[in-house]
Amino acid sequence: MAAVTLGKDLVGLEHASAEQIQLILDTAEPFKEVSERAIKKVPALRGKTIVNLFFEASTRTRISFEFAEKRLSADTVNVAATGSSAEKGETLVDTARNLEAMRIDMVVIRHQSSGAAQFLGERIRSNVVNAGDGKHEHPTQALLDLLTLRDRFQRIAGLKVAICGDILHSRVARSNIWGLLKLGAEVGVCGPATLMPRGIEELGVTMLPHIEDAIGWADALNILRLQVERMEGGFIPSQREYNRVFGVSSERLAKAPKDLLIMHPGPMNRGVEIDSDVADGPHSVILPQVTNGVAVRMAVLYLLSGGSPEWTAPKTGEES
Amino acid sequence: MSGILIKGGRVIDPSRGGDGQADVLIQDGKIEAVGRNVPAPPGASVIDAAGKVVAPGLIDVHVHLREPGQEDLETVATGAMAAAAGGFTAVCAMPNTDPVTDNQAAVGFIVSQAQKAAKARVYPIGAVSLGQKGEHLAEFGELVGAGAVAVSDDGHPVASSHLMRTALEYAKTFGIPVADHCEEMSLAHGGAMHEGIVSTRLGLKGIPAAAEEIMVARDIILAELTGGHVHLCHMSTRGSVELIRRAKEKGLRVTAEATPHHFTLTHERCENFDTNAKMNPPLRESEDREAIRLGLKDGTLDVIASDHAPHHYDAKERAFADAPNGILGLETALGLAIRELVDGGYLTLPELVARMSTVPARVFNLPGGTLAVGAPADVVVIDPAVRWKVDPATFYSKSRNTPFGQDTLLGRADFTIVGGRIVYERGHSPGG
Repeated sequence: MAAVTLGKDLVGLEHASAEQIQLILDTAEPFKEVSERAIKKVPALRGKTIVNLFFEASTRTRISFEFAEKRLSADTVNVAATGSSAEKGETLVDTARNLEAMRIDMVVIRHQSSGAAQFLGERIRSNVVNAGDGKHEHPTQALLDLLTLRDRFQRIAGLKVAICGDILHSRVARSNIWGLLKLGAEVGVCGPATLMPRGIEELGVTMLPHIEDAIGWADALNILRLQVERMEGGFIPSQREYNRVFGVSSERLAKAPKDLLIMHPGPMNRGVEIDSDVADGPHSVILPQVTNGVAVRMAVLYLLSGGSPEWTAPKTGEES
Repeated sequence: MSGILIKGGRVIDPSRGGDGQADVLIQDGKIEAVGRNVPAPPGASVIDAAGKVVAPGLIDVHVHLREPGQEDLETVATGAMAAAAGGFTAVCAMPNTDPVTDNQAAVGFIVSQAQKAAKARVYPIGAVSLGQKGEHLAEFGELVGAGAVAVSDDGHPVASSHLMRTALEYAKTFGIPVADHCEEMSLAHGGAMHEGIVSTRLGLKGIPAAAEEIMVARDIILAELTGGHVHLCHMSTRGSVELIRRAKEKGLRVTAEATPHHFTLTHERCENFDTNAKMNPPLRESEDREAIRLGLKDGTLDVIASDHAPHHYDAKERAFADAPNGILGLETALGLAIRELVDGGYLTLPELVARMSTVPARVFNLPGGTLAVGAPADVVVIDPAVRWKVDPATFYSKSRNTPFGQDTLLGRADFTIVGGRIVYERGHSPGG
């Protein structure tokens, strides 16, 4: 087989090929097992230096990356940079140059501005992994969602996945749309029209105006967090009304023609976009998503550093 | 002054409908003669213009020269030199300086800086409101007395309809246009590019076309109410062009401009988060670009203006949403216009000269825009056939922010003559 590589950076899935996405998912399979060992460590990135550069608050993603790095034996430094909004860009340029001067190998960046990861990647020689840039992309979140779907359905091609909620402001939605479409899934988007970006259907997704439409159509729901800070923009009148009109409840799910897989990238607003009994219910894979996050991030870091997928273990879970 | 004879060029003078091979004699800072076989007076220098176009100097009614306040980006002198190198003999400088050009002393300062520079003429535009804050009307009478040729709060829209109405009414006393930057801020707030499929993909907040069109419609309605002259800056959407077309059919005093970047580029240019494609109004869709081109052809859009907006290189060296709006225009406008509009089949060369010289002079009541005998000798000699590659490092502007850095343009100025004096000659570094 022709050697598929990821290139220097992982900025997003829009410009990733299906083969590259498959490679990451396949490489993640053996890394899942590392986290189940008593000694959760492989020497794959021993001697590599990784900087986790977080300009925006993050708990889950930052910790997940950090575990991934440590389980690969990399040396890691966490930088929680909070710049004033006017200084953001300058800080980023200067930070990039300073990091480069310290001879690092990789940067994992989260930034409030769309395009920040690409911006950094174009300016430093180190590998750059996007851990979420503005409203643009969050590729490792989409990859762990894909891995979770593949675990449950043994395939992605042909699946119907509805992404529900605030599509407008969501980098998770964008990365999921690209990843799912490239692997042959059908993608629906569901949410209030005020939270739908212009022209989204041109990406090849199905518009599902009502949550009932999504529940009736999909094999899996990926329920996005309602970003409460967006309420100030007046996009929706209240969380209460959002729950009434767009909340995923067990009553609504009971009317579905089949059992739906329930996904959520977290953190959840219980009782807003998702009811507790759904989040904790038998079809929820919200915690397995988190588990897969570490494996997917190990795979990304490993591949970007130049590793080949055959190194750790024979491939499993080959996509059909 | 011993005179200049420009021999054997294609002389295009839209002010008199002239287009044909002729000689142009300049003496004492004025056009002395235009005709066949004009003899060179003793001591006159002769420019061989065979194969070239000789036209009234280009006039750009919308530039930002950054002085006073941001002289590290541009000064009146460097801007006037960049203008001359672009074939412009006159530019109108927007008042969003620091401090704002909202009083007669500030206007006088720009006039005096321009006189010292002695390159292209620089006509200041005064602010509509004090500090461009959109509250109190500036003293139009004093601004005009000091040399202002128009008023504008450009950079900021005139948000208050009452203020815009008052400005249009009051400006009538002085016979000046009110130039408006049309942007409905509650819709546009926080936007970084055109709202459309590209902004959706990039995850950038978009500025809908409606944000411009709502204010265009308002300004047209207020022009009708007041009988004042509203000049609409940098039109970018097909809806705006349609609104202006209807207003002109009604005979309203509405004029409008289009920029080279809006008739050349579309929002796809923002792909890869290229901050040199970030401007306000933003690059729109191909249908909008086509409407702009057709609007220039049928005269719905009166003038081409560059919206020359210098920025320091590291100001654009940011994530897209954090970068400032605007690009340089003076040194690429002509080459883009000939490539896109003349070579592209939208305008004839005489129509282009009209949109870049004769009509801007008429709209802003400026001298120039003509080669009539006795007129000030503001003349450009254009090589309309030369293909040249843009190299921002060679710009006379202090700044380098252009999305056309790798473009091959068609046509450029060989000589720029202001008041009978050569202020730019291609291949010769400028004196003094």
